[in-house]
Amino acid sequence: MANLNMVQAINLALIQEMEKDPRVLLLGEDVGANGGVFRVTEGLQKRFGEKRVVDTPLAESGIIGTAIGLAMGGLRPVPEIQFDGFLGPAYDQICSHAARMRTRTRGAFPVPLTIRIPVGGGIHAPELHSDSPEAIYAHTPGLKVVMPSSPYDAKGLLIASIRDPDPVMFFEPKRIYRAFREEVPEDEYVLPIGKARTVCEGNELTIVSWGASVVQCMQAIEKSGKDIELIDLRTIYPFDIDAIEESVKKTGRCVVVHEAPLTCGFGAEISARIMERCFLHLEAPVQRVSGFDTIMPYYKLELDYMPDASRIGRAIDDIMAY
Amino acid sequence: MPITTAFKTEIPRISILDEHGNFDEKLGKGLIPDADLIKLYEAMFTCRRLDDVAFRLQRSGRMGTYPQNMGQEATSLGAAYALDKKDWLVTCYRENCGLFWRGVPMEAILLHWMGDERGNAMPREHYATPIAVPIGTQMLHATGLAWAAKYRGEKQIACTFFGDGATSEGDFHEAANFAANLDIPVVFVCQNNFWAISVPGRIQCSAPTVAQRGIAYGMPCMQVDGNDIFATVYAMREAIERARTEGKPTFIEMVTYRLADHTTADDASRYRDKAEVDMWRARDPMIRVRKHMEKLKLWDDKKEAALLERAEKLIGEAVARAENIAAPHSADFFNSMYLELPPDLALQRDTMQTHSLGQDPSQLANTDHLNRVTEQAH
Repeated sequence: MANLNMVQAINLALIQEMEKDPRVLLLGEDVGANGGVFRVTEGLQKRFGEKRVVDTPLAESGIIGTAIGLAMGGLRPVPEIQFDGFLGPAYDQICSHAARMRTRTRGAFPVPLTIRIPVGGGIHAPELHSDSPEAIYAHTPGLKVVMPSSPYDAKGLLIASIRDPDPVMFFEPKRIYRAFREEVPEDEYVLPIGKARTVCEGNELTIVSWGASVVQCMQAIEKSGKDIELIDLRTIYPFDIDAIEESVKKTGRCVVVHEAPLTCGFGAEISARIMERCFLHLEAPVQRVSGFDTIMPYYKLELDYMPDASRIGRAIDDIMAY
Repeated sequence: MPITTAFKTEIPRISILDEHGNFDEKLGKGLIPDADLIKLYEAMFTCRRLDDVAFRLQRSGRMGTYPQNMGQEATSLGAAYALDKKDWLVTCYRENCGLFWRGVPMEAILLHWMGDERGNAMPREHYATPIAVPIGTQMLHATGLAWAAKYRGEKQIACTFFGDGATSEGDFHEAANFAANLDIPVVFVCQNNFWAISVPGRIQCSAPTVAQRGIAYGMPCMQVDGNDIFATVYAMREAIERARTEGKPTFIEMVTYRLADHTTADDASRYRDKAEVDMWRARDPMIRVRKHMEKLKLWDDKKEAALLERAEKLIGEAVARAENIAAPHSADFFNSMYLELPPDLALQRDTMQTHSLGQDPSQLANTDHLNRVTEQAH
């Protein structure tokens, strides 16, 4: 066991998968000599050489498009898109090709690639460095969408993603890259994609969240003093509706918390599924605490945009009083 | 200080057998053995016949929208002929002739345009990727495929095809830049057919040649008479040699012309002159080869008639195979979404015929019917 932050845990996962599987290679902007702008790939080029840790030209579509070719050619590329806001140019390659290639070739050309992207706000970053686009990709059939909320989860989920036979969007919540450390096994391990984690058990209310918001939820739960169950989704698609259903049938109340905008955010999907599955068990309407339907503000106001313990606390009070 | 020249270059243009029948012995001698030339002509002829058949299939409602290849056969064919069978062919959608030469079954292409994904289920031993629709995106896949071969230390290279319009797409520039800077052995073949649906080449590229676009990436560039099978083979061999020995990309502009409409849904008479089309009809890649073969006593009307018979038979059989393939199961569009279907998606598949989407069958009073459906689906 080592006491690691999320950056270190991801770095360790990459090292172990690269050592284990010669098909794994990293590519992206500044991932080599610089070790990534967040130092997630620190030391990897030195360790594995320029062949396996490749500084590419500055071109997001190029990074993903060539990674698709690498994957179709039998390798396991792990491209990095430097920031959430730079996913736009790669959208076409991700959605028009990576997501579709397996089914449009009826299985002849799978595309096993893992796209790593630091996401979300909270680090005083410039414009277009703080977005939360997970719902866009969860809405794109053919992709898997993963977002860890802790160093332990990041390592196990990243290893699972790299070994997955299909394309995975691996969103790394940059706000908690270095926010805390926890015990991370040095041996490799896999956390299954599609399975949620019950962070804490409770009987009065279920909170469903993912990514950096999980930490805000934990703070809100602690402050509230209520008997609340917190589910960390871990995987946005496929998502663990069974875990949500089981919990909400027990508690009768649910709040969904995410950083992305409200409308068509993934909370909407969860809310709809709860309606379908748990209608007769509900004591109150599902509530959502999310970012607003605005452009993510520059950093002076970013904390006003992002769900925090006090907003989540208000939702807890409201739903308990319903 | 005087102004000096920072950089100067020339773009070679390659033409060996022109539309008047002139043959450059120096460049062309021994380039394509006679027996192969006959086969190449037969391939173009058969591909052209398929265009006619496909057009009729579309007009009679037996096939969806189809892009005819007419006039452009020598480009992809020259490439496929020059490439090794294990080199990747990463095509757009007007490269039937090269794909058939590679061994891709005709019914695969027909099935694609008949709205059946099974046409894209290319056996990997053809080293051909399925038809790429969005324009230009496939050049990056070619670059990645060649990169994967290089990564493994294999001699395999990739050749990718695209039109003049695709050189306006960002992905062209990104692919060229990646391949040149990371030393990836890709042959970029631009089929400059002068028209991107209705938009003429001058709106895509203001430089005197499309070929010189490669110069900006430090790539050797060539312009080739794309309707001259000898020239396309010649240029490809040079590019392949460079890719194989130096691991570097080449950009080839093959000047050709789309003799037909963009697709069966298009009417090119709305935007281009008949005189222009007629001029290019005279430059047809097949006419000159036939004349050349007749001059060499390799070909005559009798052989042509026999070829027509063979081609009709081949195409008829391919059409029959494409049309008689078992109807896809309605759940097939689920089954290849992921290697392992997520449970929620499997539920959607298994209940698509019996429940409205969104209804949770587990809450229904009687789930016996559902269970039966699920068992059948498995």
